[in-house]
Amino acid sequence: MTNLLKVEGVTKSFGGLQALSGCSLSVEKGSIAGLIGPNGSGKTTLFNVITGYVKPDGGTVTFEGRDITAARPSRVFTLGVGRTFQITRIFPRISVIENMLVATQREESWLRGLTRSKSSSQELAAAMEWLDFVGIARLASLQAGALSFGQRKLLELAYVLVANPDVILLDEPAGGVNLTLINEIADKIRSLNKDGKTFLIVEHNMEFVMEICDAVTVMHQGVNLVSGTPEEVRNNPDVLDAYLGGTDDDDVDVAS
Amino acid sequence: MSGLMSRLISGLRSHVKQLWWLVALAIFIAYPLIETNPAYTTIGIFTLIFMGCATSWNMFSGYSGYVNLGSAVFYGTGAYTMALLANHLHMAGNGDLFWLVPLGGLVAMIVAIPVGLIALRVRRHTFVVITIAIFFVFQLSAINFSFTGGTSGLQLPFIPWLITDYNLPFYYVGLGIVIFAALLSAAVRRSRFGLQLLAIRDDEDRAAGLGVKVFAVKLTGFAMSAFAVGMGGALYAMFIGQIYPQFVFDPIFDISIALMAIFGGLGTFVGPLLGALVLESTQQLLTLKYSNGSLYLVIFGAVFLVVILFMPNGVIIAVRDGWARRTARREGSVTVGAAVKPGATL
Repeated sequence: MTNLLKVEGVTKSFGGLQALSGCSLSVEKGSIAGLIGPNGSGKTTLFNVITGYVKPDGGTVTFEGRDITAARPSRVFTLGVGRTFQITRIFPRISVIENMLVATQREESWLRGLTRSKSSSQELAAAMEWLDFVGIARLASLQAGALSFGQRKLLELAYVLVANPDVILLDEPAGGVNLTLINEIADKIRSLNKDGKTFLIVEHNMEFVMEICDAVTVMHQGVNLVSGTPEEVRNNPDVLDAYLGGTDDDDVDVAS
Repeated sequence: MSGLMSRLISGLRSHVKQLWWLVALAIFIAYPLIETNPAYTTIGIFTLIFMGCATSWNMFSGYSGYVNLGSAVFYGTGAYTMALLANHLHMAGNGDLFWLVPLGGLVAMIVAIPVGLIALRVRRHTFVVITIAIFFVFQLSAINFSFTGGTSGLQLPFIPWLITDYNLPFYYVGLGIVIFAALLSAAVRRSRFGLQLLAIRDDEDRAAGLGVKVFAVKLTGFAMSAFAVGMGGALYAMFIGQIYPQFVFDPIFDISIALMAIFGGLGTFVGPLLGALVLESTQQLLTLKYSNGSLYLVIFGAVFLVVILFMPNGVIIAVRDGWARRTARREGSVTVGAAVKPGATL
């Protein structure tokens, strides 16, 4: 197993707030990695650093051995790192199929866009295939703003997939969706993983994480606290402390 | 026999859009031949210039959502390019001056690159304010530099054509600019590039995260939209024969262009064409009939109030939605307004 995505000692502060303080993480090729931690522990900031939306103060991000620490979001995506957002982001005023087509030009130079039409028949077919895969193909010609919250989540997943990235970062894929859809999304992730896709998933739904992830990293106050299999992480006392507020140092003193 | 008829009708129906465009084009071509009064053909020329400029403005600002309130920068640049080159090259007052019209567009496009490099770094309201600020920089430069002739402006070579024929070539060059701008706008809307502009309008950061080189796309669109506006300015300068900084770098132009597009339908293909056609010709007619240069402002104020209150997406979208609802009702369907798609080609 090789490390596809590697984060080393990343720091980032927003004003006086230290969002990341030396966070490290590695994602093995072909795995489903989970990233958990309490609210405000820096998970989404780490995602933003990896995908180029936020420039870190220090540390490095490497993807397939290539340094992408300071790369722009479009460059990171072109190299093969796709992501979804915690607050689902689609293009509401164009149609669902057009949403898909925005993502299909992964390796195209920008000037090419001027001389070619919106889509080729292969791209259209691929887009429809992925829409069908997530189960919203019948909504293809609808304006994307008309989709429900759950459908938007599926569309966001589909248009990241259509560009065929090597690793996909999912920010709370199960957040705010019903149980049936959660299971559906879990099934999709598993079947994609079987076809060789690598995932890094931020999620608060423990059941979801423990069920589908091969490896889990717990973040707390901007650093990676523990990494291991779901089983190891579940039984780690530090993790329980981080999540439940648990024992402060003072309490420990009193207890001992 | 009836089968043949129905096939003929359905065949006609599928081409009905193109048919309407041909009819419209024929009317525009025929207009100055039927209406030979120079006062009215002059109105035609101004209307065409504004139709071309509004369409070209919409090709970037309408599709990308970056509302540029400094498009007079390109208009004025085109006008000054025409005047300065005509004078410095000692050109005679004849049809050769028309060659400077595309050159005016080209210079406007070149000017758009540094302007875009500055203004396109910011978004939304900040972008609007920056474009206005840059506009005033250009106006003040035109007033204060000596090579622009300062406040006394520039005189172009006199064109000694007969008053009865004078307008005709200007009218058809103006029509050419409109056709150019419209074809470019339609081509962009159909291209991958146009889709990227729409994606930037909806969510720029998300577009970047899907591999769209947002800054390059924005700058290219911005510069492309400057071309036809610059041509419009150059044609205006040649037609009027003299230019002043206040009239080619005119804040009213900035706002008019935007309002015409918004009136017709921001981001639609037909909207700016219709908006400019209705608003500019009405304004010119009112000025001609009542020789009152400001009456139109009062009327336009009222019109815009109505449009913004009842048709916030523009006249074209309102008409199309109304049509879709009517058809849906007639067919007994329940999908009222489901097919509403702003930004789609009409």
